[in-house]
Amino acid sequence: MTLSVQHLWLIPALPLLAAAIGALTPSGGRTLAASAAIAAMVAAFVLSCCALVAALADPTANLTYNFTWFDLGTGAVRLGWLLNPLTAFMCVMVTFVGTLIFVFSLGYMHDDENFTRFFCFLSLFAAAMLGIVVSNSLLFLFVSWELVGLASYLLIGFWFQKPEAAAAAKKAFITTRIGDLGLLLGMVWLYHARGTLLFFDGGAGVLEPASLTALMVSTLSCGLAVSTAISLLIFCGAVGKSGQFPLHVWLPDAMEGPTPVSALIHAATMVAAGVFLIARIYPLMEADYHHHNLPIHALTVVAFIGAITALMGALIAVAQNDIKRVLAFSTVSQLGFMMLAIGVGSWVAAIFHLLTHAFFKALLFLGAGSVIHAAHHEQDMRKLGGLSGPMRVTFLTFAVGMMALAGVPFLFSGFWSKEAILHAAHAWDVSHIPLYFGLTAVVLTAFYMTRLVAETFFGKPRSHAAGLAHENPAVMTVPLVILAACAILLSLLAWPTPWLQHQLDPQAHTEPGGLSLMMLSIVLVALGLGAGWALYGRLLRTNASAPDPLAAALPRLHAFLAARMMFDELYAATFGRLSNGLAALADGLDRYVWGGLVNLVARLGQFGGLVNREADEDGLNAGFDAVSRKVRSVGQIYSRAQTGETHGYLRVIALGFVVLVLLVMLGGVR
Amino acid sequence: MNALPCTIYISFTGALLALVAGIRSAATARVVALLTALTSFGVTLMAAMDFVPGPGLQTLINHPWIPQLGIRYHLAADGISMTLIVLTGIAAVAGILFSWNIEERAGEFFAFFLTLIGGVYGVFLSADAFTLFVFYEIAIVPKYFLIANWGSTNREYGAMKLVLYSFAGSALVLAGLLWAYAAGGAHSFGIGDLAAAARHFSPALQTGMFALVFLGFAVLAGLFPFHTWAPTGHVAAPTAASMLLAGVVMKLGAYGCLRVAMPLFPLGLAFWQPAIAGLAIVGILYAGLVALVQDDFKFVIGYSSVSHMGFVLLGLAAANAQAVSGAVLQMFSHGVIAGLLFAVVGRMVYERTHTRQLEDLRKMPLHRLMPFAAATFVLAGLASMGMPGFSGFPAELTILIGTWKTAPMWALAAAVGVPVAAAFTLRVIQVSFFGSTEAKAVPATAVHPLPPITLAEKTGALLLLGATLLVGLKPDLLFDWINPALQSPLFQAMFKGGTP
Amino acid sequence: MNTLQLCLLISSALFCIGLAGALSRTNTILVLLGIELMLNAANLNFIAFWRFNPAPLPATGVIFVIFAIAVAAAEAAVGLALVIAIYRHQQNIRLQDATRLKG
Repeated sequence: MTLSVQHLWLIPALPLLAAAIGALTPSGGRTLAASAAIAAMVAAFVLSCCALVAALADPTANLTYNFTWFDLGTGAVRLGWLLNPLTAFMCVMVTFVGTLIFVFSLGYMHDDENFTRFFCFLSLFAAAMLGIVVSNSLLFLFVSWELVGLASYLLIGFWFQKPEAAAAAKKAFITTRIGDLGLLLGMVWLYHARGTLLFFDGGAGVLEPASLTALMVSTLSCGLAVSTAISLLIFCGAVGKSGQFPLHVWLPDAMEGPTPVSALIHAATMVAAGVFLIARIYPLMEADYHHHNLPIHALTVVAFIGAITALMGALIAVAQNDIKRVLAFSTVSQLGFMMLAIGVGSWVAAIFHLLTHAFFKALLFLGAGSVIHAAHHEQDMRKLGGLSGPMRVTFLTFAVGMMALAGVPFLFSGFWSKEAILHAAHAWDVSHIPLYFGLTAVVLTAFYMTRLVAETFFGKPRSHAAGLAHENPAVMTVPLVILAACAILLSLLAWPTPWLQHQLDPQAHTEPGGLSLMMLSIVLVALGLGAGWALYGRLLRTNASAPDPLAAALPRLHAFLAARMMFDELYAATFGRLSNGLAALADGLDRYVWGGLVNLVARLGQFGGLVNREADEDGLNAGFDAVSRKVRSVGQIYSRAQTGETHGYLRVIALGFVVLVLLVMLGGVR
Repeated sequence: MNALPCTIYISFTGALLALVAGIRSAATARVVALLTALTSFGVTLMAAMDFVPGPGLQTLINHPWIPQLGIRYHLAADGISMTLIVLTGIAAVAGILFSWNIEERAGEFFAFFLTLIGGVYGVFLSADAFTLFVFYEIAIVPKYFLIANWGSTNREYGAMKLVLYSFAGSALVLAGLLWAYAAGGAHSFGIGDLAAAARHFSPALQTGMFALVFLGFAVLAGLFPFHTWAPTGHVAAPTAASMLLAGVVMKLGAYGCLRVAMPLFPLGLAFWQPAIAGLAIVGILYAGLVALVQDDFKFVIGYSSVSHMGFVLLGLAAANAQAVSGAVLQMFSHGVIAGLLFAVVGRMVYERTHTRQLEDLRKMPLHRLMPFAAATFVLAGLASMGMPGFSGFPAELTILIGTWKTAPMWALAAAVGVPVAAAFTLRVIQVSFFGSTEAKAVPATAVHPLPPITLAEKTGALLLLGATLLVGLKPDLLFDWINPALQSPLFQAMFKGGTP
Repeated sequence: MNTLQLCLLISSALFCIGLAGALSRTNTILVLLGIELMLNAANLNFIAFWRFNPAPLPATGVIFVIFAIAVAAAEAAVGLALVIAIYRHQQNIRLQDATRLKG
């Protein structure tokens, strides 16, 4: 049975539907929300398998289905679905690992009062990640990308009552958003340059030769090819999302969320998105590669960032005490490996490592979750210990995960994927520095994973909580067993024949593996394991406060690494202070300068009014008043004649009459 | 379609009726006001049904008004006005739903409210610069009374500042229009006629006139550094008035810029373009940063409005079809989202807790006390920070795409506003609703149960949320109106910098 | 001395009596009476001049007198009303006491 590309949208739509159901379910409907989420994931897994069948029918084909989202008048914004082996493998991985994590959450989150909300967010997270995977358009990928960021925010901050969780959620969101800024700008530029954001569109897509040539040929004033600039901007998004140096700071904090969330973020969904994005747009990243007179190639940047991240993550992980934090930094380191692989030109190796890493990292995180759940939320490995006895299944599966991550040879999938990366790095003709960084990281990885297992599971319980720990119910252990089986069985993808690599990229010619390099890495892994065992396994810690042997030997370096190379402090002191200062400055400007100017104008108006009032009262009014007073005083003089004496009036009348008569008689008046 | 002018008359009649009904009881006034708003919104929707998008304004009514001066009562609509009229309808209905608890002099309140709405409808429908100006003034006056009578914090100051700013802007606009009228000698205030006359002006003349008219309108659109009326005005205003203020009144300014200032004086636009874009970008970043450190919940939203309007002004300044269509979509989007944010802050939170200080809100487990408000605010906040799925995303994306076309550096600088918006929105979400980190530490008796969210509030919130989601998922609904309108010769000449 | 002169003589006497009364009396009513007498003296003059006119005109004098009498009646009515008002106010009708309208 196959799934045609028109119906590919069903894969993300199903978990989205489950998220909607979860959102509308009242908090009492735990069964409904959880079963909807898990059923949707299982169904999406089945569909993904069908899609895989369809994709493998012709691994070279890029099946697409495009449609218009909105019309911009002078051009339309189009979205679409893309089905090729890369999509299909990612879908299968995400839905499979996702399903197991969902099932594990049933047990882990059993006592949480916001159980339904948790499953709603988980489904949203998975849906968004699947949206990234199936998208044939950078824009739809970006939309899903943002939704991944949103879901991670909601999930990391799920226990927002804890201030650290709230802060970590905000940090994750804003840090990744800073990277997304680059992605957004790269997308806008790409749209401006090509008028479309579709990856494949029958020859007109941005990843197809015509477009790549056009982007590569045009150069900027600084000498960069347009394709390099766009690639690097898009890479910023991946740096943020995949926790690469220098935007890795959010990833270790993200484990403040519930452990299944950490598993989901670190294994299947969020951090994988960045690597996936770069693998998806690999043709664009690579476009400038054969163009020799450019100052910088996009892939070179990717390789070095990846190498730095791989080494830095491994170094910091050595000095962490929190189980989840060690795992978190190991994720940073492994993501660095993946980026390194893409940078040195082998995106296939990166995807292979992404897939195997998803399984064993999910296994490790769920195993850690199992330990934490059993030990009543004690995460400090110095206070654990002695769990190998009471938690047999967890211990064994965790050990499988640890060996896969450390790259123990032949049996474990991690070994093969790591070999592929080192091999590609060795074959890179630009520089061997990434290879050396990677090899160092291999030693360190084996070292800190040995320490983690030794401290957590061996010896005697070093705290009351650890002493009481016992194995978890089957709902939590069965996913561990399945994942452990996968961590081993996935070796079959690469051995005895590199099947996966052929499916992903049939044109890639895999030269016979350099045996010496493989021997070297086996020796290095053994060295790491041996050093770890010598320092932490042989002489087991007796109580929680006993000093770390490494810290005793190299106290300053250890403290520096334990403080995570001071990145948080550095950012707080630079960007944090800068933005706070700017904000305070802007606030002050608004309050005092602009507001003050406006108030000054108002005051001036008021002052003018005051002046006018005074002029009115003292000048105009006074003049009128004086004239009025004069008139009144004259009137008062005249009013004296008005005596009120009637006889007086009569007398005057009579007198007047006499005068009149006299005048008439004397003939004065004619 | 031809019934559109009725929206104006219905609103003014409704204002009178509400005034009369208010004598009997507040409840009657509310019902009358709601019915009025619903009727005019219904008329708008009916008109939207049979609206055929096309280039240029479609005349609805055209009568001589003051023939001696060539002033005509000329109402017309195109896709841009339709978009904003629908926004006005939504904002009016939602605003009334969120004022359902007004008891004190409710008749007068709704009378002022509906007068304002009528004026706004009038502005969006006017095709004669003078008619537009008259409606613009009608819309300004009720704002003062709404804020000064029913407002809160520092209301007289806020109201006075707002009105003085608005009138100062109007004075500039009037001066510019009269100048163009006198210099052109076309004996008409029709926008098309003025533009035809302005084509013969020298560049220097156009530059001067554009500065007057654009600045006058842009004051009301919150152009930095003339934005300071907005935060204080928003904070002082009662909820419904802040919703209208941010939702539609700021759009009046932007609409005036787009409808009058820019097509009339394309050479002036070309001259001032970098300055406007610069100020808009500064406004985006500056207001975002200021919002980051505010202690008052409503100030944060007030500054976020200024920041979002910066995107609108940037889109206008970029002056190409994509950027301008994005700007129009952003006007719609911001109108709906800002309305929602102010509704949550002003009505749901402030009128129940009686505080807007983030420090006080931090101590209350608001997410437990009012889960609906918390969920609404989270969604509105996401919309405000441009999360895909909400209308802000296609709008800002289109603006950035268009701006990139004009000048990539502008887009680069403006895009920095996106993480800043995320930062201040998340901060305020966490502090206000999810701030109580020790929910159990607060004794149950210390927290008074807050009154439940009423049906009217829920309806209003869902209306606004629905609008932003609908447009976010299917921006074509509005782009199909906006884009043809931008094909009109007037706008095309403007995009080409004045060459017809 | 003819009849006209006699009439004028009588009317003059009447006028003087009225004037003397109006000026000398303190009782308001008597002052009013004096004024009435003066009016009647004037009336007598009208009649006399009309009657002894060598070319008598139509009844001009008589009409004048009738008017004057009507006006005098109205005046008397108003005057007496004033007297009553004054009495009510000051419990007597002495004209010297009614000086409230002085300026």
